Amino acid sequence: MITPNHKAPLTFATIEPDAGLKAALAKPRVDLIAEITASQLKGRGGAGFPTGVKWNLAAAAQADTKYVICNADEGEPGTFKDRVLLSDHADLVFEGMTIGGYAIGSKIGILYLRGEYTYLRAHLDAVLAARRAKGLLGKNVAGKQGFEFDIEIRMGSGAYVCGEETALIESLEGHRGEPRNRPPFPVDTGLNKLPSVVNNVETFAWVTSILVKGSAWFKAIGTQRSTGLKIFSVSGDCKKPGIYEFPMGITVAKMLEAVGGSDAKAVQIGGASGHCVPASEFGRVIAFEDVSTGGSVIVFGAHRDMLHVAKNFLEFFVEESCGQCTPCRDGNPKLLGGVELLEQGRCSMRYLNELSSLGETMQIASKCGLGQSAPNAFLSIVKHFKDELMGRTQGEAH
Amino acid sequence: MLVTEQERLKSDIGTWLERYGRDRSALIPVLQEIQKKYTRISEYGMQVLADQLGIHPVEVYSVVSFYAFLDHKPKGKFVIRLCRTVSCDMQGKARVAQQLESDLGITFGETTSDGKFSLEWANCLGMCDQGPALLVNDIVYTRVTPAMVNDILETCRKTFGVYALESTHEEGHA
Repeated sequence: MITPNHKAPLTFATIEPDAGLKAALAKPRVDLIAEITASQLKGRGGAGFPTGVKWNLAAAAQADTKYVICNADEGEPGTFKDRVLLSDHADLVFEGMTIGGYAIGSKIGILYLRGEYTYLRAHLDAVLAARRAKGLLGKNVAGKQGFEFDIEIRMGSGAYVCGEETALIESLEGHRGEPRNRPPFPVDTGLNKLPSVVNNVETFAWVTSILVKGSAWFKAIGTQRSTGLKIFSVSGDCKKPGIYEFPMGITVAKMLEAVGGSDAKAVQIGGASGHCVPASEFGRVIAFEDVSTGGSVIVFGAHRDMLHVAKNFLEFFVEESCGQCTPCRDGNPKLLGGVELLEQGRCSMRYLNELSSLGETMQIASKCGLGQSAPNAFLSIVKHFKDELMGRTQGEAH
Repeated sequence: MLVTEQERLKSDIGTWLERYGRDRSALIPVLQEIQKKYTRISEYGMQVLADQLGIHPVEVYSVVSFYAFLDHKPKGKFVIRLCRTVSCDMQGKARVAQQLESDLGITFGETTSDGKFSLEWANCLGMCDQGPALLVNDIVYTRVTPAMVNDILETCRKTFGVYALESTHEEGHA
């Protein structure tokens, strides 16, 4: 029933099973974390925090119990790479989590799988059972005396905000998925107030790959500040939507060429919480220092109504805001109201400027990363498509 | 609610708490089990669970009301969730939505009078390259066209137990 249109050959398919774990267990913990740090791998969920630094902090934290948590609450609109990775390369992800357990001194791994992906559960349980049978989970993992690690799966229940790491932890603890103030960060005060590492599905798969192919290989790809390869989920108005792997630092134009979307008028990079890049800026590069993304690429063809797009994104945030802080809870409905005025052609430039300023306030004043990025799509669409948005007449067809 | 059903729910909650552990972190897994078996989380269920975990029932209600997949109100045996997010929207979700409403005779947010189907919106199901997508309980349908809607509903109608449709290996519910 689920058949991706296009699935690029992924590096993950070439990684020898269990080689990464064996290489990791052969190293002292310090050297293992140093290897990850040297690769300059940054979190593939979108926030881009250096994985080596995160692991080092968690490893340094003093506690008998620590957690390795894999964030598979992939809810960002336009993102489906983690679903494909869990379907096709679950072993690499679990291997990466096991490596994380060894690195920080944790015995417990938790995969937080979004409720929408419940159909993957049986497959993932089977992969875990096979790993236990092979001695790759449990006591003395892969023959390493004294290293114990196992992974359990916990299901989400349909809340986008639980993709935010502290909200995810709240959810695991049995609470509403409301983000916490940071600091303290999960690396010292995470699940059950204990040190926890929370990484994206793709990040764990890259950890395993880096252990097999070496940090020098990874670092040689991409840009100076954004190393390595990245998996992209491409959808929208292009000839070949699907899963792609590109080096970091690829230009938007080059990517569009590969997916058959060169005639696009704009591309949404990073999902609803990302930025809308107009055709005039297709020379920009996809990297943490320019247009950053967790992997979502949505292509808009010439005929798309950008106001309709902005409305869809805002409806998403109105629905998914956890409601805890005022800028996000009240700001998003206000922006949506503005879009409705624009639809009727009854929004003055002065009011639109006020809405933009409200959006900028939300970026600063919201409590969590999701609230802070909620107005991004609206602001970038307003910035680049004013002529398309304003002065509509009633019943105008778009 | 019949006393017998209350008794059954109470004993189920006991079983699930044994499985997931008797602390707060078991709350959501147990709620998910209740939702799955009883298609809703009743006030009685919340009260029993709160007593067992030693928390206030309002704490349980606050969790139930937060998550989209947990519901206090009775749901149909088959919950159909159509993705409304941008990629599915661009691939024609509006017409699938229209057809779902016509074939079921209800609007989004409602349950059919025979208690078989509930119709709801979902936010991004992660099937963006093959939309429009919808979930029927746990099962994903992709590239749904208006003409396919009837086939999907017929498949549900022919299914005796809900869980025969599901890919989980949960036993004893079918």
